[in-house]
Amino acid sequence: MDMQVNFGGLSLKNPVMTASGTFGFGLEFAPYGDLTRLGGIVAKGLSLKPREGNPMPRIAETPCGMLNAIGIQNPGVEHFVTKALPMLPWKDVAVIANLYACDAEEFGELAGVLAGEEGVAALEVNVSCPNVKEGGIAFGQDPAQIGRVTEAVKKKAGNKHVMVKLSPNVTDIAVCARAAAEGGADSLSLINTLSGMAVDIRNRKPRIANVIAGLSGPAIKPVALRCVHQVVHAVDIPVVGIGGIASAEDALEFILVGAQAVQVGTANFLRPDFAFGLADEMEALLAELGAASLDEFRGSLQLPI
Amino acid sequence: MSLRNCRTVKVLNVSPVGQSKTAGEFFELTLERPDWDEWKPGQFVMIRPTAWELDTLWGRPFSICSGDDASITLFIQAVGRGTRRIAALEPGDKVSIWGPLGNSFAVEPDTPTLLLAGGIGIAPFRGYVEQHPHPENLSLFLAHRLPLDCYPFELLSRAVPSRCMLEAKPSDLDCIIETMRGLIEEYAKKGGLVLSCGPTPFMKTVQRFAKEYGARAQLSLENRMACGVGACLGCVTKDGEGHHVQVCTRGPVFWADKVEL
Ligand SMILES: Cc1cc2nc3c(=O)[nH]c(=O)nc-3n(C[C@H](O)[C@H](O)[C@H](O)COP(=O)(O)OP(=O)(O)OC[C@H]3O[C@@H](n4cnc5c(N)ncnc54)[C@H](O)[C@@H]3O)c2cc1C
Ligand SMILES: Cc1cc2nc3c(=O)[nH]c(=O)nc-3n(C[C@H](O)[C@H](O)[C@H](O)COP(=O)(O)O)c2cc1C
Ligand code: FES
Repeated sequence: MDMQVNFGGLSLKNPVMTASGTFGFGLEFAPYGDLTRLGGIVAKGLSLKPREGNPMPRIAETPCGMLNAIGIQNPGVEHFVTKALPMLPWKDVAVIANLYACDAEEFGELAGVLAGEEGVAALEVNVSCPNVKEGGIAFGQDPAQIGRVTEAVKKKAGNKHVMVKLSPNVTDIAVCARAAAEGGADSLSLINTLSGMAVDIRNRKPRIANVIAGLSGPAIKPVALRCVHQVVHAVDIPVVGIGGIASAEDALEFILVGAQAVQVGTANFLRPDFAFGLADEMEALLAELGAASLDEFRGSLQLPI
Repeated sequence: MSLRNCRTVKVLNVSPVGQSKTAGEFFELTLERPDWDEWKPGQFVMIRPTAWELDTLWGRPFSICSGDDASITLFIQAVGRGTRRIAALEPGDKVSIWGPLGNSFAVEPDTPTLLLAGGIGIAPFRGYVEQHPHPENLSLFLAHRLPLDCYPFELLSRAVPSRCMLEAKPSDLDCIIETMRGLIEEYAKKGGLVLSCGPTPFMKTVQRFAKEYGARAQLSLENRMACGVGACLGCVTKDGEGHHVQVCTRGPVFWADKVEL
């Protein structure tokens, strides 16, 4: 079965990408599988300057999920371009850079640095940083700012595919999706983590130093599916589904709802070779379900009239 | 590059350690040895029983305690959800295992080397003693809270000179700390090596005395981990320059003067 996906000029050999922040720069997983079996690798979030991230503890396990407040620790975009990217088999697998900045200009600047990098197939824009300049509300929660950031990135991204990653921590995700589409996004990916918290009644402390953290893993899949469902009906640009995917069945649920492709995040921690076999498993499951192709299955959800 | 580092292996044996009422809290888990070339004492593995549902997502990290051609043995204290479920495994059950992970303790065959263990922190030292080319240069100190038969102390004390101290009441802790001070000072004076593994307060004590007496000391840290391969950045600690570094790949063993606890 043909598992290739092509959307907005981005071509993936199969619909399985690894989600930002859960797969390092990719090389960490090279001892566990052939990276070129993946449809795409979304590298960990990059900022212009290196960032140390948040204090410890930063992660906690929760029922069917986890909380993280890593705080985009990363060695900066220069390091990625000069040290990590050349080591990746980027000719054989789509490498997608995930961008993190705190104002629209900085986003543009980051996009500019990556625009000329042959090894980067696409830019994914993470709009979850609070915009300090405009009063602290995260870009991802304000449709007008999502639009502005998207435009700023698009302007500097050359001919790179621009994917805007949406946050579920909003009243109406469809409005955010439209804002990104109008800003020129080539595709959307969703969802980023849900805002959450965990506390310890014994020592009366939060389990994460940052107090509030991002919830991911199977626990969030119903929210993610709902968001993808709403967004595919709100915009004409392609959508990539993310959130709680831990099996081929989970991945196909997102495709059924209309996603072009998926990203696997927290499930990479179940075992480090988890993502490598997923596309094959999806293919086998599609055949078992009697689907003629991935394209035929995509978006074929039968809604009650 | 070899792609064999994550495997599914069978449980060969699960046996409680210790005759006390706490038996069952400590146990040895013996697994089929994956087809790895070698492992070094201080390295660890991540394991996740394949039958775990998604309510427990992460694998759990454990030091490799001992091993031979056919098996590896982990020495585990049941402290929470994951370890209690691991204690309930039976021979034949399957476990995902990835490793061997992280760096290892320094081995200086001719240097007098002190092994300082706090409780379950004794686990990696069994492998250390077994693999050391000159065990006559080693000695062990164990500070423990549970009955001694819960730990592989007997076994180790047959191989190297060993001491232990029970922490039953708060004043015991003062004695333990003073003993550690004396030992670290002694090893500093003779240019020895101090290797330690245990809970964070224990490590802080080792670090403090190592600094005070200028001892060459290594600490094995046990931070919470999700991936074990350096990708999630959940396990970091601060290195000597104040940068966050992954304990799973840059450690778990750090020189005491190169890490902030
Ligand atoms: C490199 C490394 C080597 C280790 N080697 C061993 C070993 O040889 N034998 C062994 O028994 N344990 C070892 N540990 C600790 C072991 O990984 C934890 O005890 C285990 O993950 C707890 O899982 P749980 O689900 O039972 O606990 P949880 O339900 O997650 O937590 C229960 C309680 O245990 C405490 N706890 C959780 N994780 C740790 C941790 N990493 N260290 C200390 N306390 C913790 C929590 O604070 C909590 O109070 C090692 C840890 C690391 C990082
Ligand atoms: C440890 C960790 C780090 C993450 N870091 C980033 C990041 O740097 N940039 C980003 O856009 N998303 C980041 N995410 C969010 C994931 O990419 C993904 O959107 C989210 O975890 C939901 O998918 P999942 O349920 O499959 O994990 C991170 C998630 C985790 C668990
Ligand atoms: S456990 Fe993920 S980086 Fe160390």
